[in-house]
Amino acid sequence: MIPFTIRFEPRERLSRWINIWVPVAAIVLALVIAGAVLAVSGHNPFTTYQQIIQAAFTQPGAFTQTLVSTTPLLFTGLAAAVAFRMRIWNIGAEGQLYLGSIAAAGVGLYLQSLPAPIVVLAMMVSGAIAGSLWAAIPGTLRAYFNTNEILTSLFLNYVADYLMYYLIFDSTSFWRDLTSPAARVFPQGKTLAASGNWPALTIFTIAVPLGLIVAVGVSGLLWGMIRGTRYGFEMRVMGDAPRAASHAGMNIRRKIISIMFVSGAVAGLGGASQVGDFRHVLDPRGLEQAQFGYTGIVVAALARYNPISAILAALGIGVLTNAGLALQGPNFPIGLTGTMEGILLFCVLGSEIFARYHVRVHRTRKPLAAHRAGQVRPAAPAAAPVEMALTGGGEQAS
Amino acid sequence: MTDTAPAAASPALAARSVTKRFRGVVANDRVDFEVAAGEVHALLGENGAGKTTLCNVLTGLYRPEEGYVEIGGKAVRMHSPHDAHEAGIFMVHQQFRLVQSLSVAENVVLGWTRHGGTWFAPRRVEPEVAALAEQYGMDVAPQAKIWQLSVGEQQRVEILKALYRGARILIMDEPTSVLTPQEVDQLVATLRAMARSGSAVVFISHKLPEVLAVSDRITVLRSGRTVGTVDTAATSAEALAHMMVGRDVVFGDHAAAHHAGGEVVLKLEGLCAENDMGTPALVDVGLDVHAGEILGIAGVAGNGQRELAEVIAGERPRTGGSVTIAGKSQQGRPWEAIDTGLGYVPEDRMGVGVAPGLSITDNLRLKNYRRGGTILRNKKATEEAEELIRRFDIVARGPRTLARELSGGNLQKLIVARELSSGAKVLVVSSPTRGLDVGATESVRTLLADSARRGVAVVLISEDLDEIFELADRIAVLYRGRVTGVLNRGEADVDRIGLMMAGEVAA
Ligand SMILES: Nc1ncnc2c1ncn2[C@@H]1O[C@H](COP(=O)(O)OP(=O)(O)OP(=O)(O)O)[C@@H](O)[C@H]1O
Ligand SMILES: [Mg+2]
Repeated sequence: MIPFTIRFEPRERLSRWINIWVPVAAIVLALVIAGAVLAVSGHNPFTTYQQIIQAAFTQPGAFTQTLVSTTPLLFTGLAAAVAFRMRIWNIGAEGQLYLGSIAAAGVGLYLQSLPAPIVVLAMMVSGAIAGSLWAAIPGTLRAYFNTNEILTSLFLNYVADYLMYYLIFDSTSFWRDLTSPAARVFPQGKTLAASGNWPALTIFTIAVPLGLIVAVGVSGLLWGMIRGTRYGFEMRVMGDAPRAASHAGMNIRRKIISIMFVSGAVAGLGGASQVGDFRHVLDPRGLEQAQFGYTGIVVAALARYNPISAILAALGIGVLTNAGLALQGPNFPIGLTGTMEGILLFCVLGSEIFARYHVRVHRTRKPLAAHRAGQVRPAAPAAAPVEMALTGGGEQAS
Repeated sequence: MTDTAPAAASPALAARSVTKRFRGVVANDRVDFEVAAGEVHALLGENGAGKTTLCNVLTGLYRPEEGYVEIGGKAVRMHSPHDAHEAGIFMVHQQFRLVQSLSVAENVVLGWTRHGGTWFAPRRVEPEVAALAEQYGMDVAPQAKIWQLSVGEQQRVEILKALYRGARILIMDEPTSVLTPQEVDQLVATLRAMARSGSAVVFISHKLPEVLAVSDRITVLRSGRTVGTVDTAATSAEALAHMMVGRDVVFGDHAAAHHAGGEVVLKLEGLCAENDMGTPALVDVGLDVHAGEILGIAGVAGNGQRELAEVIAGERPRTGGSVTIAGKSQQGRPWEAIDTGLGYVPEDRMGVGVAPGLSITDNLRLKNYRRGGTILRNKKATEEAEELIRRFDIVARGPRTLARELSGGNLQKLIVARELSSGAKVLVVSSPTRGLDVGATESVRTLLADSARRGVAVVLISEDLDEIFELADRIAVLYRGRVTGVLNRGEADVDRIGLMMAGEVAA
């Protein structure tokens, strides 16, 4: 028999400090474990960490690159956070982002002769609408037929993926480039004209993409909405106690659909930003490999579904992604960067349990005599409560 | 009581100068409390006095900041309820922890690793469970599934669970608030039997007659402190009320006639509905409720009261008939009922009547936030909440306190405050004074009578016949989903209503 038992005892209250030192301790622990993995695989942990800092921050252009990684993650992270907050498990930010890209690329190409500001705005609006309509499908199914939105939104990701591939690889669609020499060798999308390239704001040497500015703005809007509007109040009630929400006369169905709309719109904006800020083309392979939608779920979890914290969380994951890309090389296999990321996320997300519970190890002693019905002991002098630490009363009373 | 507890050398369980604080609130302030083997010991105190907190300390759920718990004369430090169970201390919570789809016997052995082998053999323990139930005079079949049982029977399963696991000290937090009068009598008999066999019982209730009937000794708490312990034989309801409140309590009479006979503001015609199991729960219910009157709905729990309230509020679909509120025929949507002027105190509090993770302010505006614009007016809502906290005497740190941090009775006050202040034309209130202390019960009853006087139509659903007789102008009896009669208070007497509730006579 195992000589000890581990018990998780809920903490009576969550102090502010625990919310700070637990994540910090988790990051330190992750660095130690990842360092050990690095050392075993023949890398010097210290130089590796130094490289990470260089690749993410200090090298010329490094921070700009970090922001490039951060931007889509903030969109998808926010998309997940607003829905999850209401306990609507929209796993479909991936597909909603694809749809946003398709729409924004289409509109950008179609309107390319118009002035740039109009084109940029039209791309944003169309991306948001496409994402929200795509998200409304699982939302409506959930609201009216109580289908599991986790599954439906997930499966729609695959549908969106195939749709993207179809447009570029398997058809002669409006999105596909059929004229350039390169496109004859390998199918690819039409490149947007300059009018569809979103401008970046350059601060010192750092280029801040327009999409990131929009995303930060959306964070603030969502935060204000949750705190200060009727709509946000309904979100909070529904997230806390759905039955109380319906008792209070909230229309749960309409609310589920509308929150999926909002969530999908944010993810769709992320898709538009991919086309407008960075790729300037509908790029099925690139988007599929990036998996922004799924990583967004991690961002939302790290941020505890708070739209403002999501900015930090997205930046953190952005740093990791970017550093991982920079580290990769013949000596540094992609699996190793993935392992390091995994260790970090595991530690940070897993540490939640320490914030919520006391973890206690008890030595197992012999169990109390088995009790049988029919012979209920008339209270014999209480047997010493063996499982507990016996302490002297005087000492305790102090 | 005949079998008074022996003042044994060391009490079975004791709290010694226990202090327990929550952010900004001292829930227990150097509390001393002992319960001896062989006695039923009642804990009394106003809402928020610290009774539940003390019990949670005694069962290892909370760790006291100061002071300690003593078991059989030894100071112990418990880390979780598991430790308390090992020492034979069990608590029956208000929210039962039973698996609905399993049988009584299965629930009794579930999760208990000391019942012999590793294998789960509930069949084998059925005779044992039956014997245990019989020994303590509990009427419950070991093979029955939990979902088939009434609330009172489910409570018995909780007690059986504790007894089977060797409970020598049983703590019950307001066990009678959900019981019918008959079930209360049964529970009292069971608890007395436990005391006779040498167990210790801690019993919390706000109803003084019950406390006087069941207990050997009584400890009174006020604002987190021990006021004192008295022998039940040597005290009276008045003396106890004085100890709890710190001054004399006057019991008002609400019988003054309301101006009944106003227009009909709530009209039910041929109402039919099903319960959660899909069997008919309401059959052809027709009732007219007039402005300015209180209509009491009497009936044994489970005869359609819950369904009736939910159908009126639009929270349960009806299978036939119609509901008309203030002249407007209802489609059956909660928001529609609220907007036409329905105030509703539901039977379920946590999670339905209130959102536990939200503040008092947010919970108080749960039903009128829609009247404002798109932007919430947080400052105004806070001020209104402060006002209601004062008026309804809700014990809390302030309007930002989360609903789940409130004591049971203060949670109830919050819901009543919201519904009574909503300006509704029709009020449907389900056990409005459940869990309230003597003083709060008085003031809620006064407020209900005042509402009626102001012309509100009140539907009072309660199992407490005394409450109905005290407040209602007319009394309707529900039996198996049908209204078996409507009597004016003048022509009703308790015996007649009792028989009607049992389905034995019609009006
Ligand atoms: N988890 C908690 N967090 C914060 N405050 C709490 C918590 N639990 C209890 N309190 C506060 O401690 C005080 C005592 O609460 P307790 O539940 O013990 O009262 P009670 O005597 O059981 O009252 P009632 O008769 O209404 O059930 C109250 O003011 C309550 O608001
Ligand atoms: Mg209580």
